[in-house]
Amino acid sequence: MPPVVEARALTKRFGTFTAVDGIDVEVARGEAFGFLGPNGAGKTSAMRMIGAASPVTDGHLRVLGMDPETHGAEIRARLGVVPQEDALDQELTVAENLAIYGRYFDLPRAVIRERIDELLEFVQLSERRRQRVDPLSGGMKRRVVIARALINDPEVMLLDEPTTGLDPQARHVLWDRLFQLQQRGITLLLTTHYMDEAEQLCDRLVVMDAGRIVAEGGPSALIAAHATREVVELRLGPEADAPASVALLEGTGHRVEALPDRILVYADDGDALVREVHARGLQPTAVLTRRATLEDVFLRLTGRALVD
Amino acid sequence: MATPIPLRVLEGHARAYRHTWRGTTIGAIATPVLFLTAMGLGLGQLVDDRGTGALGELSYLAWLTPGLLAASAMQAGAADGTFPVLAGTRWVKTYHTAVASPVRPRDLHLGNLLWAAIRISVIGVVFVVVAAAFGAVPLHRGLLALGPAVLTGVAFCAALSAGVVLLLRDQFLAGLNRFVVVPLFLFSGTFFPVEQLPPAAGAIARALPLWHGVELTRALALGTSPALAWPVHLGVVVALLVAGVVAGTVTFDRRLRP
Repeated sequence: MPPVVEARALTKRFGTFTAVDGIDVEVARGEAFGFLGPNGAGKTSAMRMIGAASPVTDGHLRVLGMDPETHGAEIRARLGVVPQEDALDQELTVAENLAIYGRYFDLPRAVIRERIDELLEFVQLSERRRQRVDPLSGGMKRRVVIARALINDPEVMLLDEPTTGLDPQARHVLWDRLFQLQQRGITLLLTTHYMDEAEQLCDRLVVMDAGRIVAEGGPSALIAAHATREVVELRLGPEADAPASVALLEGTGHRVEALPDRILVYADDGDALVREVHARGLQPTAVLTRRATLEDVFLRLTGRALVD
Repeated sequence: MATPIPLRVLEGHARAYRHTWRGTTIGAIATPVLFLTAMGLGLGQLVDDRGTGALGELSYLAWLTPGLLAASAMQAGAADGTFPVLAGTRWVKTYHTAVASPVRPRDLHLGNLLWAAIRISVIGVVFVVVAAAFGAVPLHRGLLALGPAVLTGVAFCAALSAGVVLLLRDQFLAGLNRFVVVPLFLFSGTFFPVEQLPPAAGAIARALPLWHGVELTRALALGTSPALAWPVHLGVVVALLVAGVVAGTVTFDRRLRP
């Protein structure tokens, strides 16, 4: 069976602007694969090409073994797409939104009715079936969008920033549903600029910056390769002399990173490092020792924070 | 057998219409009643008293009704070619979701136009029935005149949506209504013959597609001959439709498959 996505030197240009700059990606069946990066990194453009919704400028792309250029409709018939914006018809009921979308795939009406029952149960919105979309909460609308994307029983789901703008509880509900889908064998492709989302959902991911892939691997492997086990965050207070403090911290950990509001020190043993910091006479106003995350990987690779 | 894709889009419109038909139907009845009362009966009384030689000795109401029918169809087409398109591309972005399915941008355009044809026909039938009740047109002639009126409305819908799909801001919309739709509505031989205009303005009015639609509609409604040969009038309206369909397949694709 061919891989779900096979991209080589995949490129997207808009005029003189290069949104995706020659990326190589391969996604196997059943994988949960993520594009992690800040806004404007080229994630959405890459996803659009994979979704056969935007022409490839240059390079090689096969989706489910087919060329999106010549088999766009066939590819799209087997995908479920969750766009960044819900794009639900607010005036219509939950079920009608799903039914109209189902007809776009030419599904028989009886099949659509049956699937709506199943899907609303799956996203825990059965009791909302006949209600208008408009008054639903953001998290509920997002679940309606997930159900809509599943109406054609897709083999692959493309999710663009699936939980952006949702509160923590709603995000966890959504992550749980997506995990369930992966358990059923559906391949997940998602973009996110949240490292916790990538860590929760992705088996493997690429870190993108300015249209290029700057790192690739599993979340924990990436952290192991590009960050230390632990990170100590020091807040120094407004009157502190940051450059002097950074100089003072030299050699305490593997690496020292000065951010506008705090200093990060990468170390394998955070507690030992904190003792060393105090021994050197530095008196931070706050100290936090935490596990390294993909945020640290991104900072290391690009010198910039992921969410600004 | 697979359902042709534009018909799937059409079906979506029909399903959504279940929620909005009440409001639009009331509008479809109220508009002709208001216009025919105010213009046809109120203003018409004044016109008829002064003599209607310029109108071929018809009552003003009889002369006005087919013009109003064509112009209302144009207005309905213009409405369908603007607000729903902007909702699809910008306000709700349902078009972007549709083209993630097997639906292609050009299927959306064609499906929208099929829907516009049905909607304008329904509005037109209501108009004709109301006008017949007013004694403004014999029912069978009014129904015959629906053909060119609906064609005109769909042609305007096609041409406008082909442009509106590219809009990145909403402010053009007000200008479009003020500077295109309303002037067309007023000056295309709807309320008075274009001969009443200064010669230069009359020439412009005759070049505009709505005037040709009005001429066809009026000739069928009154059982007279249009100003120019039938094929000329029909040709202009059909040309607008074809241009709108062809341009739209290009512009919808450009906007929705970036």
